[in-house]
Amino acid sequence: MPQKVIQAHEKIMSSVLANQPDVRGRFGPYGGRYVPETLMAALAQLDDEYAKARADDRFQSEFEHYLKTYVGRPSMLYFAERLTEEAGGARIFLKREDMNHTGAHKINNCIGQALLAKRMGKPRIIAETGAGQHGVASATAAALFGMSCQVYMGEEDVRRQQLNVFKMKALGATVTPVTSGSRTLRDATNEAMRDWMASVAHTHYIIGSVVGPHPFPRIVRDFQSVIGREAREQCLEQLGRLPDTVVASVGGGSNAAGMFYAFLDDAQVELVGVEAAGRGEGLGQHAATLSHGKPGVLHGTFSYVLQDSDGQTAAVHSISAGLDYPGVGPEHSFWKDTGRVRYTQVGDEEALRMFSTCSRLEGVLPALETAHAVAEGMRLASQRGRQDAVLICFSGRGDKDCYEVARLQGEEIGSL
Amino acid sequence: MNPIDALFQRLRAHGRKAFMPFLTAGDPDLAATSRFAAALAECGADLLEIGFPYSDPIADGPVIQASYTRALERGARVENIFETFSHFPVHNIPLVAMASYSLIHRLGAETFLDRAAQSGFSGAIVPDLPFEESEPLSRLAAARDFKLIHLVAPTTPRERARAIAQRSTGFLYCVSVAGITGERDRLPTELIDQLAWLRGQTDIPLCVGFGVSKPEHVRTLREVADGVIVGSAFVRLMANDDPQSLDAVKSLARSLIEVL
Repeated sequence: MPQKVIQAHEKIMSSVLANQPDVRGRFGPYGGRYVPETLMAALAQLDDEYAKARADDRFQSEFEHYLKTYVGRPSMLYFAERLTEEAGGARIFLKREDMNHTGAHKINNCIGQALLAKRMGKPRIIAETGAGQHGVASATAAALFGMSCQVYMGEEDVRRQQLNVFKMKALGATVTPVTSGSRTLRDATNEAMRDWMASVAHTHYIIGSVVGPHPFPRIVRDFQSVIGREAREQCLEQLGRLPDTVVASVGGGSNAAGMFYAFLDDAQVELVGVEAAGRGEGLGQHAATLSHGKPGVLHGTFSYVLQDSDGQTAAVHSISAGLDYPGVGPEHSFWKDTGRVRYTQVGDEEALRMFSTCSRLEGVLPALETAHAVAEGMRLASQRGRQDAVLICFSGRGDKDCYEVARLQGEEIGSL
Repeated sequence: MNPIDALFQRLRAHGRKAFMPFLTAGDPDLAATSRFAAALAECGADLLEIGFPYSDPIADGPVIQASYTRALERGARVENIFETFSHFPVHNIPLVAMASYSLIHRLGAETFLDRAAQSGFSGAIVPDLPFEESEPLSRLAAARDFKLIHLVAPTTPRERARAIAQRSTGFLYCVSVAGITGERDRLPTELIDQLAWLRGQTDIPLCVGFGVSKPEHVRTLREVADGVIVGSAFVRLMANDDPQSLDAVKSLARSLIEVL
């Protein structure tokens, strides 16, 4: 979409909801910066540089250029006829972020942030990754712009996601297994922040979701908001109107934030975020931060978090590595409290069933994260009539999950 | 008078510098922490910094982080730490809590400060609560004459460092290196410049931590700082609760105090 259209739409979006965060990085009470003093100067620099980049037409045009020619945007809006039939209600439309280069929405943010790093003159980027999608997208952007890249990944995840580890290495990145704490995404994030503490002068940290200290939640949301802007335009073009419901999965919440942002001021459009219900309601059995958590501090931001009664971060579980995170972006916390977005849950089994249903009915393998959103979208569609439209953010493709799904089904795909 | 103020007043009157070791509460268990702490006090430590284990300590290096993980795995709870130090046998040494804002927020800032004060703590360092976010906690602490010790880093611009020094109470924690806690071979020369500059800006005691572990470091810092904080080097020695570890802790403490 041309820059003029973006600016026109942002001008229209004048509500309090859309004009967040404030200068201190607060979305209502959420957000802010809870980080060691060592990082404060780098965050201030990032904030300044980003404000300039945001207002700079050249920067925006360059970003759009890479989105178009490299990522392959705009991604399609696809009418899922057979899923619609199966649900037996509203028409279901998929915003196909799986069609992006590297197979998910993550690349939008990585291209934007790598361009920012370039603008700041920082030749090295670091990233954290859980399942490896953000790591692969970061390694890809680093390769594209000739930067060095180091990806932190929990030792557990390295073992489970060998294909993505191989891809990152092939792209020229260094993958550092993290052996501290729970050896998963949370610890990979801690380790990336520790690296950044010592390397801020020449390193940019590409955080993978709308989490972390200000200005990251805002930057990531802005770079991902292309999803919602395109989808909104496409709905107007293809359906002649806005969708009735928009559904997206929420781990840290970047695809959902990017999708919802453009619809915030469309009061008639229902927005639904889907968290991972995992395998039960007890702490440690799920990753449904907004549904079960409380406001607290994790990874530099004040937001809902899953903690024990002392404030120690809780263990989480989801079949989907991308949703398996004990925190959530501060803007989602704000949207939850204001009631603008409704947050629901889908569990492991239902997501696994949808992985297979969606694959068989549409010929599209969804990522397990995406399968959560599709399951909820199907449920909501079944409660509505054919004249209504449900828009689902199809955040990524399922290739990365084939090993895990096969294992759960008792099959084995030859190891790498 | 708050014991931290009293300490620095006394030290300055005698031209001495503060030796401030750091211990992780609950590693290997709270009884051992209390014994190690008492031994450090006997050796001549001037102030003890007690680390409250936290699951996601982003400012800490591998040694302290691993000790936090061990302490949490062995069931260390915030309330048990308060309980342990409310029975701490050494009374004439100020205790400072090093606690993530996550823990303080969850317990409630007022409850945390009240429980800390009741348990013998005179101040707290909250490493993930920068200046901008600290005002509410500063106000609550000031109302209790409880010190809230702020940090400046090598990356802190000078104007900001001045503002932080004004907000800090008790002392100012000067982070020696841009990076995480942990032992290092040498201290950066910019640190000495920063300390000399800060000295001209504020009267508050300047104490240096992160990377301080050797007598050479202490000898250098003695000239420009009011105190040194030594963490990882001790935490490493205190992972095991046995007589050899206790001896090693004492001998490291003595070797550092000797040069102060």
